[in-house]
Amino acid sequence: MPEIQSASGDAQLADESFRTIGKTYVDQPRMTASQVNVYYGDKQAICDVSLGIARNEVIAMIGPSGCGKSTFLRCLNRMNDTIAGCRVSGTIRLDQQDIYDKRLDVVPLRARVGMVFQKPNPFPKSIYDNVAYGPRIHGLARKGVELDEVVETSLRRAGLWTEVKDRLAAPGTGLSGGQQQRLCIARTIAVSPEVILMDEPCSALDPIATARIEELLVELRKNYTIAVVTHSMQQAARISQRTAYFHLGHLIEVGETTRIFTNPQHKLTEDYITGRFG
Amino acid sequence: MNERQQAVYATVQASLRRRYARERRFRALGLGAVILGLSFVLLLFTDIISKGYSAFVQTYITLPVYFDPQVIDPNEQRDPAQLARADYRQLVRAPLRALFPEVKNRRAKRQLYRLLSTGATYQIRAMVLADPGLIGQTRQIALLADDDVDMITKGHVDQATAEERFGADYRSWLQQLTRQGRLHTRWNIEFFTAGDSREPELAGIGGAMAGSFYTLLVTLLLSCPIGIAAAIYLEEFAPRNRFTDLIEVNINNLAAVPSIVFGLLGLAIFINLFGLPRSAPLVGGLVLTLMTLPTVIIASRAALQAVPPSIREAALGIGASRTQTVFHHVLPLALPGMLTGTIIGMAQALGETAPLLMIGMVAFIVDVPNSPLDPSSALPVQVYLWADSPERAFVERTSAAIMVLLAFLISMNACAVALRRRFERRW
Repeated sequence: MPEIQSASGDAQLADESFRTIGKTYVDQPRMTASQVNVYYGDKQAICDVSLGIARNEVIAMIGPSGCGKSTFLRCLNRMNDTIAGCRVSGTIRLDQQDIYDKRLDVVPLRARVGMVFQKPNPFPKSIYDNVAYGPRIHGLARKGVELDEVVETSLRRAGLWTEVKDRLAAPGTGLSGGQQQRLCIARTIAVSPEVILMDEPCSALDPIATARIEELLVELRKNYTIAVVTHSMQQAARISQRTAYFHLGHLIEVGETTRIFTNPQHKLTEDYITGRFG
Repeated sequence: MNERQQAVYATVQASLRRRYARERRFRALGLGAVILGLSFVLLLFTDIISKGYSAFVQTYITLPVYFDPQVIDPNEQRDPAQLARADYRQLVRAPLRALFPEVKNRRAKRQLYRLLSTGATYQIRAMVLADPGLIGQTRQIALLADDDVDMITKGHVDQATAEERFGADYRSWLQQLTRQGRLHTRWNIEFFTAGDSREPELAGIGGAMAGSFYTLLVTLLLSCPIGIAAAIYLEEFAPRNRFTDLIEVNINNLAAVPSIVFGLLGLAIFINLFGLPRSAPLVGGLVLTLMTLPTVIIASRAALQAVPPSIREAALGIGASRTQTVFHHVLPLALPGMLTGTIIGMAQALGETAPLLMIGMVAFIVDVPNSPLDPSSALPVQVYLWADSPERAFVERTSAAIMVLLAFLISMNACAVALRRRFERRW
């Protein structure tokens, strides 16, 4: 796929238009969205968003409530399919493959593009079964030692192993909020996805649990591509390499996190970052 | 406080009394409604129990019965067929004649024999068939008394009425039997095992209970899987369009269709078209399935809706298919709610009478059914049948049958409540 520069270009100064400022496409994309529009019934939630996500990067999506960042995230593994009346146009590619292709099966797609949700949502089952569920249904590991190993590795990677290794049979819902969220991360990485989508993974957690998750993201970046939606600009600044700013369904600006936070090009981005609204 | 604030405060103060009074009135009204409702329930229960409790005991007359070989087995062959045919009436009448030798004329004798139920004869026959060794012996046997005796003994017919109806002799016989300690009551196990009968003292709810059991079995086996499957399909898989809307409206409407209409439908379709047997619990079960399905479907859908979407998202998010999501995660969480709905539907079906009348389960059936294809009655229909009978003894049996029916209903509903408590929202 040829690299396309955004129409507005880097140098253009801030204006009130909704054309994306910054380099939307990347050199080695894991996922690429081009001209994505999303409608809920008659209402358009996403307008013409194009965005590339590079390998092994953490990309943060920020913006005020209702700006469409979560909707966009949910397009990336077709979780929006479950919402009645939701329509998506444009193309989203995962390693050159169009994920909205009619012939594409969403089940393997969601195994490749995992998702962690805003509210920790462990299954009301044991910790072990929570993590083992994905590998089990996909047939990734045989029952017994092999599955035990997958569960242990996943829990270790999610930084939860030492806390729960003695009570794997305890219900996952009995853990604290932060532990539950890390359990959900372990559950997601147990199926070895290529991309992990996180929809405000820390918004229901206290600062200490948040810090643990953030450390974890930095660690996970070595093996996975991560897209995070967050309300916290500090968090975006701490964990991401690139940041995309959404506003009313438009992707306003995207670029290196350091640049976005130090030298925003668009007025809206600047206003949001400096705390004038949002 | 400045003037304005003081004025506001005064206004608020002034309105307080009225507001509290209104609140008290409303609370009193609510409490009144509850008390009224409870007192009616209490009245109903007191009435039923006070009328029905005596049906659980039965009056017997103990008489020395001589198993006369001349009557039972003149040829001394002990042939069971021969034994079954013998005239056992003579055996139970002889001791009565011996006790009251002063009774001479035919009419008075007939009256005397009526102290005993026809069931006493069957009782003796059964004893002889079970143990032919009794022949030639004399035993003190508690023989089933007639329902009139039963009613007088239990005090349901007062002395004056009894004398008027049965004559002075009848009363003196009973007094004599009582003096001799021959008249007594005991636990009426037959009430729970026997089928229906024209004789109140022989009638039991065994047949009706078995009929209700088979009917509910058929209903459960059909409505539970069909209802839950329909609910899962509609809730989790069906696309939202005109067609599914139509189905939904129809299901809700079906829940409001008068049950007698389902009875007519069962008569027309299952009996006339498919040729299934009349009065059979199978047909009753099919009809009640139609009637219960909407309840089960609506309850099951509510249970599915109560499962938080986050569970579905979690499963879908790691690549579970829709079927896997439903069967691994959603269904286990919704199942208690579904079962609660099913039990409540079953309880409704247990108390349903009208559709069963239409398909012939109202017939007079003496035998206890052994399969869902045997003709049978059902508990509420039995109540209906007995409530129509003129004998005083059937009044207490009606109430007793209602008590049994209510006991089943209450325990089923208690099960549903317990289930709901036990599994309530554990995520």
